[in-house]
Amino acid sequence: MDALATYALRLGDDSLILGQRLGEWCGHAPALEVDLSLANVALDQIGQATHFLNLAGALEGEGRDGDKLAFHRDVMDFTNCVLVEQPNGDFAQTIARLFLFAHYQELLFTALTASKDTQLAAIAAKAVKETAYHATLASDWVVRLGDGTEESRARMIAGLDWMWRFVDELFVTDEVDAAALKAGVGVDKAALRAAWDQRVDAVLAEATLPRPAARRPVLGGRSGRHSEHLGHLLSEMQFLQRAYPGATW
Amino acid sequence: MTDEIFDQLFQILASVPDPEIPAVSVLDLGIIREVSAERVVITPTYTGCPATLAIEQMIRKALDDGGFAHVAIETTLSPPWSTDWISDEGREKLRAYGIAPPPKGAAASALKNVQGAECPRCGSSNTEEISRFGSTPCKALWRCKACLEPFDWFKCH
Ligand SMILES: [Zn+2]
Repeated sequence: MDALATYALRLGDDSLILGQRLGEWCGHAPALEVDLSLANVALDQIGQATHFLNLAGALEGEGRDGDKLAFHRDVMDFTNCVLVEQPNGDFAQTIARLFLFAHYQELLFTALTASKDTQLAAIAAKAVKETAYHATLASDWVVRLGDGTEESRARMIAGLDWMWRFVDELFVTDEVDAAALKAGVGVDKAALRAAWDQRVDAVLAEATLPRPAARRPVLGGRSGRHSEHLGHLLSEMQFLQRAYPGATW
Repeated sequence: MTDEIFDQLFQILASVPDPEIPAVSVLDLGIIREVSAERVVITPTYTGCPATLAIEQMIRKALDDGGFAHVAIETTLSPPWSTDWISDEGREKLRAYGIAPPPKGAAASALKNVQGAECPRCGSSNTEEISRFGSTPCKALWRCKACLEPFDWFKCH
């Protein structure tokens, strides 16, 4: 794959894996409203993934579509950031992951609407409205849990503390990002960091939560170096295509 | 394209209901972007809307049944669909069906600063949000504090 196809692939993989993770809550959430919310966010993410992965496959030009890319690749071929593949943990940990990621995704998609690639820009323009909703939903919960009971507060702090080490990867610019940026197609992710910090800090302040302590960042997802969790996620997500390759209905 | 064919195509499209909110047609929803003798262009409401495929299949069947099997269906993402494209007639149909229609002038900011939805039952704006996400991706769940009925609100998008 060339840089532009890889760029689209990464966007699709982030959405796909987060969507799959959030979908795990379906039928298990603490309240019906939460169940609906998380399932809806998952649906949005998987919808975005479909568009990005179809585009990546078209740019690659080897006959792979979104389904093929989602279900017929192994762990090391996935390019999602390590944050989105982290296990759901408890509800607070799930919210922490969505909170950190959705604000990044909203800023990213906002900038991506100016991409010279009209297809990427169109998907971003469509998706950014949904992502804004996700960021608001997650922020509301961070405040409710953080400024809630002793128990909810402790869990929110623990959730954020765990997820925080995966944040830096979101803003890393490697050769694929640099090439996409140079072509006027990609986004300067490093430039999003200040706005992201501001948003996150504002919510943490409202939630009366401390900003998590800096940790050694965990990187590697973009080049296929994943945590052990992704393999387990894929074995469930890809079960059908592994058991019955090429099955359709 | 003659006016007659154009009218026929519109009549056909006006008869295709949204699969999740059958009170409104695909035309009312504003997801039909272009109609010509060669093609009908549609746009999805939400990227993950599970009804997208069903809508396309329903339109396909309606066109085939109406003798327009040669008219192709194409999908476009840009410009992105907005609830502003729901027709005035569609808004009234939603209200009569029990779903509060979205306010017009849907800016992205409307997602964050939700104004009180108007109760489709009694018209009161003394309402509150119960759940930001409802039974379908396009709806939120609200409650009327005047008549105490819960209701769906078509989210501003
Ligand atoms: Zn009422």
